[in-house]
Amino acid sequence: MRMRNLLFAWILALCLASVFVGTTDVMASEQKNLILATTTSTQDTGLLDVLNPIFEKKTGFFVKTIAVGSGQAMAMGAKGEADVLLVHSPAAEKKFMSEGNGVNRMLVMHNDFIIVGPPSDPAGIKGMKSASEAFKQIAAKGAVFMSRGDNSGTNAKEKDVWKAAGINPEGQIWYQQTGLGMGQTLNVSAEKKTYTLADRGTYLSLKKNLGMDILVEGDKVLLNIYHVIEVNPAKWSKVNTHGAKAFAEFMVSKEVQDIISTFGVDKYGSPLFFPDAGKPEFE
Amino acid sequence: MSSDTILQVSSLRVSRGGTPVLDIPEFSVAKGEFLSIIGPNGTGKSTLLLSLAGLVKRQGGTLLFKGKVVDNGTELLAFRRRLAMVFQEPLLFDSTVYDNVAAGLKIRGIKRDWVRPVIEENLALFGIAHLASRSACKISGGEAQRTSLARAFATDPELIFLDEPFASLDPPTKEAIIEDLGRVMRARHTTAIMATHDRMDALRLSRRIAVMDGGRIVQIGTPSEVMHHPVNETVAVFVGMETMLAGEVRGSSCGVLEVGINHQSIYATGAFSTGDQVICFIRPESVMVFPSGYAADSSARNVFPGTVKKIQPIGLLFRVQIDCSFVLSAHVTQQAMEDLHIEVGMEVVAAFKATAVHVIKNTHLSSP
Amino acid sequence: MDLILEGIKKAIWLLITLDPEVLGITWLSLKVSGLATFISLFIGISTGTLVALTRFPGRRIVVSLINTGMGVPPVVVGLFVSIFLWRNGPFGMLELLYTPTAIIIAQAVIATPIVAGISLASIQKLPEALRLQILALGATRIQMIWMLIKEARLPLLAAVMAGFGGVISEVGASIMVGGNIKGYTRVLTTATVMETGRGNFDVAIALGVILLFFTFCINAILTSIQQRERPR
Repeated sequence: MRMRNLLFAWILALCLASVFVGTTDVMASEQKNLILATTTSTQDTGLLDVLNPIFEKKTGFFVKTIAVGSGQAMAMGAKGEADVLLVHSPAAEKKFMSEGNGVNRMLVMHNDFIIVGPPSDPAGIKGMKSASEAFKQIAAKGAVFMSRGDNSGTNAKEKDVWKAAGINPEGQIWYQQTGLGMGQTLNVSAEKKTYTLADRGTYLSLKKNLGMDILVEGDKVLLNIYHVIEVNPAKWSKVNTHGAKAFAEFMVSKEVQDIISTFGVDKYGSPLFFPDAGKPEFE
Repeated sequence: MSSDTILQVSSLRVSRGGTPVLDIPEFSVAKGEFLSIIGPNGTGKSTLLLSLAGLVKRQGGTLLFKGKVVDNGTELLAFRRRLAMVFQEPLLFDSTVYDNVAAGLKIRGIKRDWVRPVIEENLALFGIAHLASRSACKISGGEAQRTSLARAFATDPELIFLDEPFASLDPPTKEAIIEDLGRVMRARHTTAIMATHDRMDALRLSRRIAVMDGGRIVQIGTPSEVMHHPVNETVAVFVGMETMLAGEVRGSSCGVLEVGINHQSIYATGAFSTGDQVICFIRPESVMVFPSGYAADSSARNVFPGTVKKIQPIGLLFRVQIDCSFVLSAHVTQQAMEDLHIEVGMEVVAAFKATAVHVIKNTHLSSP
Repeated sequence: MDLILEGIKKAIWLLITLDPEVLGITWLSLKVSGLATFISLFIGISTGTLVALTRFPGRRIVVSLINTGMGVPPVVVGLFVSIFLWRNGPFGMLELLYTPTAIIIAQAVIATPIVAGISLASIQKLPEALRLQILALGATRIQMIWMLIKEARLPLLAAVMAGFGGVISEVGASIMVGGNIKGYTRVLTTATVMETGRGNFDVAIALGVILLFFTFCINAILTSIQQRERPR
């Protein structure tokens, strides 16, 4: 009987402890944390590893970079679980803005997508000028194509090209989906010797280990455009508006744009991104 | 209750899962005595022991220690600190023999330095001083039980409870430990209550024996009383009365009874009247076996010729069952078996004294 | 193949030269998983012991819950902890999501049922009469519980080691609630996944070797505990 009393006393203590923890207002001070939802390509290239420390030193905000892919980043923003987004999926972004989920969408930089594949090039698309034609060729030859299949910016672009080619690849045996980030999808693609669509930046940073060649590039439709979007504070009161605004302005500032223009040159011979702040939109 | 009683319990009732397991209206233990509780397995011996030690919840009854009621938490704890208990398994802790023996004192918060002479004394008393720094995992069964006893006595208990303490020991180890235990208890005048199914141990160690059956104490008395004058069949069977004969008293004079068993008569002693339905018990040690035709001497009132029906070796003796129109069970030594060439089917004569027959009233409606 | 060999060579180099990033990730892993295990030690051992020693209505259900808890997939724990810590979730105002604290919470939730379950079994495995023997020696209830815990100290240590092993090798929940933020919530497991994805096999292998080392140490301790005897 005494044992039971002890047990109940213990359970009570645990409950009280959790209630105490739950109701303590830990951070009454101004929000220091900034949640940046972005894509795997910006993280995998290492660009943010360079920019974030500068931003933190300058403003005192602590940036929590959550790299998930444009689709998921916007989903987080729509739920108010992120403060600012750095994404590259223009059509989805426009929808995001029109639904009132974001404010102050600004152009930051671009790079381009490339179609890469095994040096043996079974579908014979090397050197083609049109991305959609290349895709048509891949489909016709039934050559294996690896898609990210994760609603990321890259995935969205890929779907656009398939649409332009008039082909629906879903369900075809040569069309495979990884559901993974860009770097991982490139690794899988290299391992299995398949074709895939990648952004140049990630491709260059992984190039030495991949053993894949750039087969199609330069088509205008393959431009990969990055925007920064602040999550709408009117919709979500808990958003760190000051931090989001500071970050957005930071990304389009001259200092950062200069850094972007030279990022990757020493390592890969050419820059991974091209700064575009202030320029008119591409479409 | 006399001033000599150290422990007393009245109206003790214990149930487990709704089923009653103990029902003891009255029971007391005198200071300094050695009392054994015997009975077949499952009859509640251990439960009674644990209830007396205040270790088992009781559904009714009062426990008095030295005249004072032991009821709530503080009283119970104080009571427990005046007693000690040793189980069939030594139940030692995972540390050295020394630390095990010191456990009771450590619990009472006594400083380590003061404890040392007491521990050393108790280790020596039980012959394990040389094992003091040995790990308890690395000693033999006998040494472990000695440690358990030393641990129990280190706290200088007034009352010690023993639950089948020798059941797991081999005979020579058991004998040696009993000797040491006896010496310590005599020196310290400790009261002991022991539960055992070994009636030989109960016989030779106890001042009193309590026989249990079905959660009740059916007889309590000196070893001689219990062994030779069991109060009912169950006790009789348990204490080793192997021959049980139902019959009717045909005549009684000067305390000598003639009891009719089948178409024969046996002579017994007891206070019964003609016509009483009785059961006669005879200890196998009291039945003497002679070769056929042998004229037994006149001291044995009961002489019956019969045929050897069954021979069963039991340890160093033989149980010989003889059919004299009723079955008599006798214990015969190996030597006698050889001298008399006893075999199954042989004609023999069985004889026993009238005083060796223990008679109780037959409570059954039909004969056993 | 030479990719892997290159990777191994570089990994050894990183380890020998005590590369600061690798060290930082290792230290963070130890701190986070260590603290989570510490918390689970207290809650797990006390809960397991008390449930083992107490009879109360519904005890069977509680024991089942603990055993079920041992088998819950860590990612599911991660999912529920995230939901609780989201800004718009019940504890959102604590701003704990994507912090080391969040990982500690998730790992503590994962480890506690493991520690509780094994503690429960260890205490129950002690001889039934030992509890009575301790009480007969004059112990109070608290003293008895403490002495039983001491008697079962080795299996309980195994329980804690099992809890630690479970959380230091966990990756799903750690990514979900931690966010794998560089220098902040990037631990051995999450970093290994990321570096492999990026193609940095040298770093990934180095981190993997460290994880293997921990696994080995834990198992060495567990094995030596297993082989020991108990007193009579």
